[in-house]
Amino acid sequence: MPRRNDLHRILIIGSGPIVIGQACEFDYSGTQACKALREDGFEIVLVNSNPATIMTDPEVAQRTYVEPLTRDFLAEIIRRERPHALLPTVGGQTGLNLSVELCESGILEQYGVEMIGANLEAIEVAEDRRLFRRAMEEIGLEVPRSGFARSLEEAHQIAAEVGLPAVVRPSYTLGGSGGGLAFNSEEFDGIVAQGLQLSPIHEVLVEESIKGWKEFELEVMRDLNDNVVIICSIENFDPMGVHTGDSITVAPAQTLTDREYQRMRDAAIQVIRKVGVETGGSNIQFAIDPQTGRMVLIEMNPRVSRSSALASKATGFPIAKIAAKLAVGYTLDEIPNDITRETPASFEPTLDYVVVKIPRWNFEKFPGSSPVLGTQMKSVGEVMAIGRTFKEAFWKGWRSLETDKTLADEPIDPKRLRELLIQPTPARPAYLRAAMLAGHEVHALAELTGIDPWFLNRFQEVVQLEARLKGLRLEDLDLAQFSEAKRQGLSDRGLARLLTGSDQAPLTEQSVFQRRRELKLLPVFKRVDTCAAEFESYTPYFYSTFEQEDESQPTGLRKIVILGSGPNRIGQGIEFDYCCCHAAFALGEAGYETIMVNCNPETVSTDYDTSDRLYFEPLTFEDVMAIVQSEKPEGVVVQFGGQTPLKLALPLMHAGVPIIGTSPESIDLAEDRQRFGELLTRLEIPQPEAGIAHSVEEARRIAERIGYPALVRPSYVLGGRAMAIVYDDAALDRYVSEAADVAPEHPLLVDRFLEDAREYDVDALCDGQRVIIGGIMEHIEEAGIHSGDSTSVLPPIVIEEEHLETMRRYTRQLGEALRVVGLMNVQFAVAEGRVYVLEVNPRASRTVPFVSKAAGVPLAKIASLLMIGKSLPELGLTEDLRVRQCFIKAPVFPFAKFAGVDTILGPEMRSTGEVMGVSDSFGEAYAKAQISAGLLLPTGGSVFISVNDRDKRYIANIARDFQDLGFQIVATIGTAAFLSENGIGCGRVFKVNEGRPNVVDLLKSGRVQLVVNTPLGRESFFDEKAVRRACIQLGVPCITTISAAAAAVSAIHVLQRGEVKVMSLQECHQREFAGAAVEAS
Amino acid sequence: MATDSVLYLEDGTSFAGRSFGAPGDCLGEVVFNTAMTGYQEVLTDPSYAGQIVIMTSPQIGNYGANPEDEESGGPQVAGFVVRECSPIFSNWRGQFTLDAYLAQHGVRGIAELDTRALVRHIRTRGAMRGIVASAGRAEPELRRRVLAHPSMEGSDYVRQVTTQQAYQVDPEARRFRVVAYDFGIKRNILRCLAERGCQVTVVPAATLAEDALSLDPDGIFLSNGPGDPEPLTYAIDNVRRLLGQRPVFGICLGHQLLGLALGGRTFKMKFGHRGGNQPVKNLLNGRVEITSHNHGFAVDPDSLDPGVAEPTHLNLNDQTLEGIRHRSLPAFSVQYHPEASPGPHDSLYLFDDFVRMMDGWRNRK
Ligand SMILES: Nc1ncnc2c1ncn2[C@@H]1O[C@H](COP(=O)(O)OP(=O)(O)O)[C@@H](O)[C@H]1O
Ligand SMILES: Nc1ncnc2c1ncn2[C@@H]1O[C@H](COP(=O)(O)OP(=O)(O)O)[C@@H](O)[C@H]1O
Ligand SMILES: [Mg+2]
Ligand SMILES: [Mg+2]
Repeated sequence: MPRRNDLHRILIIGSGPIVIGQACEFDYSGTQACKALREDGFEIVLVNSNPATIMTDPEVAQRTYVEPLTRDFLAEIIRRERPHALLPTVGGQTGLNLSVELCESGILEQYGVEMIGANLEAIEVAEDRRLFRRAMEEIGLEVPRSGFARSLEEAHQIAAEVGLPAVVRPSYTLGGSGGGLAFNSEEFDGIVAQGLQLSPIHEVLVEESIKGWKEFELEVMRDLNDNVVIICSIENFDPMGVHTGDSITVAPAQTLTDREYQRMRDAAIQVIRKVGVETGGSNIQFAIDPQTGRMVLIEMNPRVSRSSALASKATGFPIAKIAAKLAVGYTLDEIPNDITRETPASFEPTLDYVVVKIPRWNFEKFPGSSPVLGTQMKSVGEVMAIGRTFKEAFWKGWRSLETDKTLADEPIDPKRLRELLIQPTPARPAYLRAAMLAGHEVHALAELTGIDPWFLNRFQEVVQLEARLKGLRLEDLDLAQFSEAKRQGLSDRGLARLLTGSDQAPLTEQSVFQRRRELKLLPVFKRVDTCAAEFESYTPYFYSTFEQEDESQPTGLRKIVILGSGPNRIGQGIEFDYCCCHAAFALGEAGYETIMVNCNPETVSTDYDTSDRLYFEPLTFEDVMAIVQSEKPEGVVVQFGGQTPLKLALPLMHAGVPIIGTSPESIDLAEDRQRFGELLTRLEIPQPEAGIAHSVEEARRIAERIGYPALVRPSYVLGGRAMAIVYDDAALDRYVSEAADVAPEHPLLVDRFLEDAREYDVDALCDGQRVIIGGIMEHIEEAGIHSGDSTSVLPPIVIEEEHLETMRRYTRQLGEALRVVGLMNVQFAVAEGRVYVLEVNPRASRTVPFVSKAAGVPLAKIASLLMIGKSLPELGLTEDLRVRQCFIKAPVFPFAKFAGVDTILGPEMRSTGEVMGVSDSFGEAYAKAQISAGLLLPTGGSVFISVNDRDKRYIANIARDFQDLGFQIVATIGTAAFLSENGIGCGRVFKVNEGRPNVVDLLKSGRVQLVVNTPLGRESFFDEKAVRRACIQLGVPCITTISAAAAAVSAIHVLQRGEVKVMSLQECHQREFAGAAVEAS
Repeated sequence: MATDSVLYLEDGTSFAGRSFGAPGDCLGEVVFNTAMTGYQEVLTDPSYAGQIVIMTSPQIGNYGANPEDEESGGPQVAGFVVRECSPIFSNWRGQFTLDAYLAQHGVRGIAELDTRALVRHIRTRGAMRGIVASAGRAEPELRRRVLAHPSMEGSDYVRQVTTQQAYQVDPEARRFRVVAYDFGIKRNILRCLAERGCQVTVVPAATLAEDALSLDPDGIFLSNGPGDPEPLTYAIDNVRRLLGQRPVFGICLGHQLLGLALGGRTFKMKFGHRGGNQPVKNLLNGRVEITSHNHGFAVDPDSLDPGVAEPTHLNLNDQTLEGIRHRSLPAFSVQYHPEASPGPHDSLYLFDDFVRMMDGWRNRK
């Protein structure tokens, strides 16, 4: 069946901000879908509230709306754009749910919009566990026994049938939050009670536990001709009970006989037909009992998913792209396989390598949360590695994680080993290693962990190899031993730790690397070709391995290597991938061959057609050097991938690699507190007084000098890790004892903490001489709340022009002093009428995509062109950029996933994603941003106010505003007294520790719609934490700063008008888009 | 990495690796299979007689070997080439490691070589003869022995693998009687027929048409098998004489024999089709089937008289003819393996077609 010509304009809904369980894999799939359909002459209307995505680049769709993903906003967009069809399957769960809502509420029908890909019925059968179970029983497929309960009693009855342990899943909670595995009746009652409370319909599913079974996934595609193919099979290293998103996974499945695999394949085909997904991809999860081979079905996702992104990268088969084509009528045999060209997409990729995915967690940022892995996903990112064997891929993946931890580093109490092994945690591989060294047998370990003996045996071989190599001298290692070690996946860095130099001297990664070169022991590059070399492949998509034949065939073209940002983690996410992609686009347009290096399967940068050549490799010195030596590029770009490539800048330079853009020395200078401080002094740019302490005493002395409160952090961790604000010596001592040990080799940084300071973020472009300011963002929250966690507004609204001028001046001075070529980010704080520099990052920052979209000028593209020697005037940039509307960037937090964690914001970043709100007025932009961030500001009801003394002076006006907006006010004693003094009537309520009914009771009984609570300090800490947690659970907005409260007032004012206005980026920027950057190249 | 053996090819290229399975040298035509599961079915498929098989999937042996997944009495390949051979096996049905299984059946294996490079070599130069021997042999000796080895083309490997006496496979419910010519038949074909109520009498490859008909079957089945169909003149002859006498269904070599019997020609493919992911279009209903393949020869579509034979299946990768049927007589065949094992089950319907055809034949008057 050929392309449908009755459709012309297609609506695509993105997945919104990056949250745990829904990350940039949906930018990848959405962008692919847009490109595929546009190629085919369709007009795309795109909606996504996330400005950091490639899909929201104005070139990707004809109409791009960065607007809240809610029914009302979508309805308005549909009314304006009149699309003929909606493709609901490429925007994750968010896009799917919203599509269903639009369909059910009759909006699609009203405007004659057809849902293509998956229809409502199919989605409902797949999503509703009741319908799904019935459907599966009808086709004779087994699912775990289960039942629904609306009370503890009912839950007990079901438990009596399915037995304990049992899985409890609250109905309709976000990402199944609040569910879990219950091992004993006490746990059971706890989880059920919580589940019933969290579930909007007060219902939980109680399900037979098959914890410990083998878990598998199949990626399936179907076309309108009812042709069905399996794109990829994925086997989980961690057994059932650990969410696939938190499991190490392996493709293709390794431990299934053909009989078992074909049984699973047949089942998958039956499922997609029964559920009725007409076209596109689905993800189907299975479990197999390792003792008997009994197979049960876990779930089906009738859309592209995290796993389908992984499968696409693992096989070279672009699932989302093909899904989009199928949705508009093509059949699989009508679509060519890009990689082999001659052969069609109607086949099943076959792999002659092994792919391993390893999740990346950030538990350390959520003190009080338990790192135990369960049925709810908690990882914030992942890496993928390709090797010719499982071992090679696993260890490549391990070093791609950049946790800078080796398995050996994990502190392990031998007495607790058993228990540590039984409980799945991110550190389990380290425990496995310890157990193996302690002589535990593979089969015993399989018993304890449920991990398949085959995986454990592969793992053990490497542990044993390491033990054999330990303590040997590097030069004694002969070629055979050395190549064995590399073939098994050991990194140069790992070997440097194991081996010793002559006379027992410790080794560096570089020295091992050197030795390898002397021995000519270099990796070769193989192609990912979907067909195990049966056909010639035309797509240069590579991975390294230690074998004979190299297939990379580097070209003689002028080429540039772009180093990506590795796994997503809090503080380094999609924004950096966005910049890397833009570098590839711009340099490609400028006539260079672009070469991408990255190991993150979720991203657009690792799509094989984003750059000319793709190396799916770890971002370490060893791996990058191998690529550079084989490709011999003109330049390597390190400033777009966040800290990951930046850390490599100096070592690469010393190894003779041509780094383009800002010089590694300048980068190093900006990162080096001491030398940077000196530079600022020379430039007479103020910076908060600071000192570097090598001992507790010294730290106290510095604090003495600069005065409390002080901001303390270890010098050796980046990204605001382990930062704290201390108000006195006692707090300082506590910090040192708990958070970070101070020692000569890793000193402590002590800065004067600027109180009541406004914070600003500046992104600037610099060509070595001239500096152009891309944008100055004003944080709503005061300094002290990490720039990544504060809501910011562009352009600034409250600051005096003189301060803006000062910031511009400082930025220019710094750009020139550091001879920045490309992008630079400066953070300022304005306190006591003075502008201070907090830090300078001579690289692309988190806010580059936001500013680019606001200003309508692609900063990262321009920066790339500057790096290849273009000047700002050449690119038509002669003055600082301006924005026409008001743009708000608001963060999104994962607190709901981490029970028991305090939600108060601080200098350590904890948000996973961001949204953008745009409008002509601040109030409306802020309101939109809040809606997009999932905070439903109330338009009436009562506000609970409780603020610290410092904030009291501002609160009166805000309280008055709330009253004018028609809100009742309730407050705790102190605040209430203060308010009545100022003639504001308000109700009183107990603090949690004062008696009942207290504020939490009010919240739970739905009598408080909004909370304004600025931290009162330690004494009332417990109390406030309880309030903030309650807010998270109940979805009541909780505002923790005065400035945010003021913003909320103006937002609510707008919301009360109840009008919904939208504007596409293309409309925002008509003029700019004729603009320089795009033509320049 | 220490190596102890080599795979030496007739064009002089050689790959060093580590031996496993049985000791001793092995000679054969070097071919590759791209299936990701089912190495045991591959090993035991008689169509691989005389061939040294490379698995492109790098991790082989993971689930070991078991008696149920054998497609014949035991391994049939001349030699087995893998990237990594698992020292342990992990599967609830597994009974031996791959190493032990091959050793037990005297099959030589070689591992740890760059199988992808080897496959790319075969893809570009075509399938060729090779020898697996222990390291350190002089090249001239290896070359002499490889060149002395008879090439696939023109040799009859069927004699090696066909049954000596006829035997019978009885279904639960017996509806049809089928005579199956054993050119190297896979067990799963017999299972597929039995499941459909066929009592199958498996007869030696050289059984005369008359003797087959004397058993008064409802249908004749022509099995898969190794090597070049053209030298099998005796078989081609019998097929010709069976046409029109009874419904005929052929698979793989059986398909090629039918093609030849219908006056067509076969040719040797550069490196053949071996794997479980080949897209085949059913020209009768337009659907695409993902199919299991194992053939180095194919029927030349242009050699067939369109008035006599009608193409029914086409390979979408390279347009190879994958299925034909007779325009007027009850006879059809496919080049690929609907019985799968290993491979996808998309084409099992062909056995139902055969049953329907036999039904129709019975009630023809
Ligand atoms: N019955 C069960 N017993 C044990 N673990 C289970 C069971 N059902 C699901 N799980 C685990 O929980 C994880 C999430 O369940 P799933 O149904 O896939 O929900 P989600 O929509 O969050 O992916 C699965 O990956 C699996 O590891
Ligand atoms: N001297 C200071 N006074 C007040 N707040 C500060 C000070 N230094 C840093 N901060 C706050 O801490 C946050 C993180 O500090 P920063 O130096 O930017 O670390 P990172 O490398 O994590 O961005 C800043 O965004 C700012 O809000
Ligand atoms: Mg799941
Ligand atoms: Mg910062």
